[in-house]
Amino acid sequence: MASQDITPVGKDSAKVSLLNDPKVRGYIFQAVAVLAIAGLGYWIVDNTIANLQRARLATGFGFLDGRSGFDISSSPFLAYSSDSTYLKALMVGFLNTLTVAFAGIITATILGFVIGIGRLSHNWLIRKLCTVYVEVFRNIPPLLVIFFWYLGVLSVLPQARQSITLPFNMYLNNRGFFFPAPVFGDGAWLAGVGLIAGIVGALLVRRWAHKRQMATGQQFPVGLTALALIVGFPLLALVIKGFPLSFDYPVLGAFNLRGGSQIGPEFMSLFLALSFYTAAFIAEIVRAGIRGVGKGQSEASHALGLRAGPTTRLVVVPQAMRIIIPPLTSQYLNLTKNSSLAVAIGYPDLVAVGGTILNQTGRSIEVVAIFMIVYLSLSVLTSLFMNWFNAKMALVER
Amino acid sequence: MGTNLKGQIVMKNLVLKGALAASAFVLLANAASAATLDDVKKKGFLQCGVNTGLPGFASPNDKGEWSGFDVDYCRAVAAAVFGDATKVKFTPLSAKDRLPALQSGEIDVLIRNTTWTLSRDTQGFDFTGVNYYDGQGFMINSKKLSGINSALQLSGASVCVQAGTTTELNLADYFKANKMEYNPVVFEKVEEVNAAYDSGRCDAYTTDQSGLYAYRLALTAPDDHIVLPEIISKEPLGPVVRQGDPQWADIIRWTHYAMLTAEELGITQANVDEVKNGDNPEIKRVLGQEANTKLGTDLGLTNDWVVNIIKAVGNYGEVFEKNLGSGSPLKIARGINAQWSKGGLQYAMPIR
Amino acid sequence: MVDSNLSFVRTEMLQGQTPPLAERGIVRWMRINLFATPIDAALTIFALLLIAWYLPPVINWMFVQAAWVGPDRSVCATVAQGGIQPEGWSGACWAYVNANFKQFMYGPYPQDQIWRVNLVGIMFVLLLIPLLIPKAPYKVANAITFFFIFPIVGFFLLVGGWFGLTYVETPLWGGLLVTLVISFVGICVSLPLGIILALGRRSQLPVIKMFCVIFIETIRGIPLITVLFMASYMLPLFLPPGVTFDKLLRALIGVALFASAYMAEVVRGGLQAIPKGQYEGADSLGLGYWQKTRLIILPQALKLVIPSIVNTFIGLFKDTSLVSVISMFDLLGTVKQHFSDANWASPQTPISGLIFAGFVFWIFCFGMSRYSIFMENRLDTGHKR
Repeated sequence: MASQDITPVGKDSAKVSLLNDPKVRGYIFQAVAVLAIAGLGYWIVDNTIANLQRARLATGFGFLDGRSGFDISSSPFLAYSSDSTYLKALMVGFLNTLTVAFAGIITATILGFVIGIGRLSHNWLIRKLCTVYVEVFRNIPPLLVIFFWYLGVLSVLPQARQSITLPFNMYLNNRGFFFPAPVFGDGAWLAGVGLIAGIVGALLVRRWAHKRQMATGQQFPVGLTALALIVGFPLLALVIKGFPLSFDYPVLGAFNLRGGSQIGPEFMSLFLALSFYTAAFIAEIVRAGIRGVGKGQSEASHALGLRAGPTTRLVVVPQAMRIIIPPLTSQYLNLTKNSSLAVAIGYPDLVAVGGTILNQTGRSIEVVAIFMIVYLSLSVLTSLFMNWFNAKMALVER
Repeated sequence: MGTNLKGQIVMKNLVLKGALAASAFVLLANAASAATLDDVKKKGFLQCGVNTGLPGFASPNDKGEWSGFDVDYCRAVAAAVFGDATKVKFTPLSAKDRLPALQSGEIDVLIRNTTWTLSRDTQGFDFTGVNYYDGQGFMINSKKLSGINSALQLSGASVCVQAGTTTELNLADYFKANKMEYNPVVFEKVEEVNAAYDSGRCDAYTTDQSGLYAYRLALTAPDDHIVLPEIISKEPLGPVVRQGDPQWADIIRWTHYAMLTAEELGITQANVDEVKNGDNPEIKRVLGQEANTKLGTDLGLTNDWVVNIIKAVGNYGEVFEKNLGSGSPLKIARGINAQWSKGGLQYAMPIR
Repeated sequence: MVDSNLSFVRTEMLQGQTPPLAERGIVRWMRINLFATPIDAALTIFALLLIAWYLPPVINWMFVQAAWVGPDRSVCATVAQGGIQPEGWSGACWAYVNANFKQFMYGPYPQDQIWRVNLVGIMFVLLLIPLLIPKAPYKVANAITFFFIFPIVGFFLLVGGWFGLTYVETPLWGGLLVTLVISFVGICVSLPLGIILALGRRSQLPVIKMFCVIFIETIRGIPLITVLFMASYMLPLFLPPGVTFDKLLRALIGVALFASAYMAEVVRGGLQAIPKGQYEGADSLGLGYWQKTRLIILPQALKLVIPSIVNTFIGLFKDTSLVSVISMFDLLGTVKQHFSDANWASPQTPISGLIFAGFVFWIFCFGMSRYSIFMENRLDTGHKR
């Protein structure tokens, strides 16, 4: 690269033409670039303003306070109606994006790890099945996967009146998955306190057990204790308050099941499609990561007397994670971005809701700007979190 | 992208400097800035935005040839401008794309069963008339939902609807006003709405009634489905142009009136050449046969513009019957789209 | 002389016994590969059950029950749905794919002009094959023809309006033709643009570096749908009033810009893998920046990342299916458009159409990924540090 170190200093520099001085040339080059880009920017802005004036269009974000007038099918976290503002509609869409991305990331990771490890299995059949899975899903567009799931979900599941009945008053039909919604009565807050206490207790136990193992070598069943604490405390709180908890069960109405909580087929198919599609990529990353750990590591572990399970869990995976995490981050980001394909099957994510608003108000620049800001911030946040996690994992190295 | 971010900042500055209304960022424009007519003439063809596939209004056959009510309106405008109805190209647009496409100049005129509303009219668009008076209705599967014969029984239903349409807004208002619950299932494209309704994802399908009749043809078992009697909204459908070009808007507006007037006066595709030289003064005036007439040239066209339109597509009644009425599989009655003299709402302003 | 009669040493070898059944042939293979441990055995049985449960119905649906030919929807619908199939029938509707095959390949391209598309396709294949075979001669000439001359010839052949060819405007293009045109142009544009961006990102000029980083990271941070949305609706606003862009061209710009940001990161990976000594060696030979980049750095860096480049191409190819969201009729868009064809509407039509589209996409992507693996193995033997 053009290095500043080789710029002649002292008397000789006078002899060199200024144009041949890498430093000066660098400045000129950069100045030209700035001018060119500023010029292009000005040209674009000028044209945009002229076009907007010609079409007599207003600009600005003031329209976000207006009444939306349309309903959104799925708004699990915000109370939304057609009387809410455009801003609230966008928030609902944003939360829906986050929900499907979060759920998809968790499932895709689990599935991806299972299949990635399956591809390295000694079992020929499992290995081949996992390979077929990866090769099929990696090589078709995600949009097609989403359509497959949507058509599959819609055509396989029965009509509302012939719902598949599952235990605990849960139902499955082509309008979605229905389950009882908990209704909290007076004093249910204590259960929340219990839950927090349980989590804190579990963390303390874990720290104590780790310390004890380091000091004495004795192990402690941390997992079971933690489970008991996290489930036990809230239960205890409920018993004290005399079970202030009831359930709203779904029952068959004129058209569909009413009451309870509902997960629509749009969410299900988008979630399944994103999970299955991304899992194929995560599986390849996991496979590469595990193969990247030297064979000597697992041999040494066997020599120490560790069996296959602990070897994978304690020796191979922690080292493989360091290889796996950076590409895993970009897969998580891809999944989040691919969730914008929701628009194709009518799941109200940010892009779908934003598109409707764009059409109702005609504010294309503002809506696209909102899309960009939201997705860019999501990318930056995910990257920051994964960088932090990566740094934490990297500390294992000496 | 650097240019873009920079662009937005610069733009903001300019707008602020303009100080038109700093709080609302309103940009005002001078009247009559661009002449679409000149652009169209220079291009040599009319770019017309139509539906992606609504039988009866605009749909392509397997050779890619377009036909339908709206398509004939596009041809009529081309005939008025060029004297040649083939000088038109069609851009199929989804409900969501249609207004941005017009706004961006991708199309010259939008004739795509678009509802005339105040907010659209003030957002940089101009409606030039109503070529079809429609109303929103509901369609259900009468086999599965045998007891239902009114939209007021739809409380709790899932309703399939196309995104970004006035239909979506009317639906919300209707259910709210009648204190009924519903679950909207929203898709961007008509094909997706059709497929979802056909597969039983929704209990009801709502859109303009003309659309319901058209889409019913493409369902797996069309005879199982009925259109409920309620009409929950006024849907005056008409051609749209960009605001700020009165001349172009006039051309589209008077093309419609010319077709209505022709029907009123009995001028048809078959007899136009004959009656042109007859002695009815009104017909002669409309067809530009009066001595020293300036009706056509004042509009920016030739004086025989009405003759060209009628020769190319026929009068309003002919276009209606061919695409929507008895001459089509849809068999929609004229109803409120009849001439004013026959109890309908279609009323042409006098051409004189 | 040795009296052989007295010898108790065996003079000829015993015939080797066949190994026990568990140690030979298929049984041994199964014991090692399928039933090594109890868990393995359980997994195998589980997998076999899974296959036995799902595979026969799928084969039955796709091949045995499928309707292969027919004039209209009646062959794909049961009697109750207005067709000829018996009640309870369910099978793939390949007749629908058959009948619309031309539409899926060419879209509404004029029937009598389809030979032009085929000609371009043949030229594409004839130029591509020698380019892919590492041993084929005239690589440079071949590459120049393929990436520079072929696009121009192909463009004039497809669009027409020259040499007596009728003009076919781009809205008449569709189906696989559009998918291939968008991916080919995307590939041709994104590679050079990506290289320039990657060089810019590694540049020591802070302003250049900043512009490149902003561009790359912005594009990589947002979904392709947003980019296509911008290209489709905002690009016309950016241009002088009255200037309009072809819709296909807008999609092309969107896809190419999107792919070039990803390509830039791939190339950057290659640039970073080049040891510092190579840069210093070039500097010491007195080469300028462009000479050094062109002759020393890029040939090595690009060779290192060929597999990743091909993977980016695969991603680009799959991403072209998104243009159907902005109302363009690529392969997927055309297939979906024909769902609402009243002639073919049946419960089996959509899924059959999607399986066909998926199969076409899969063939292309799988082919590219195999080639990527082949190149990876080939290059592996050369420079392994």
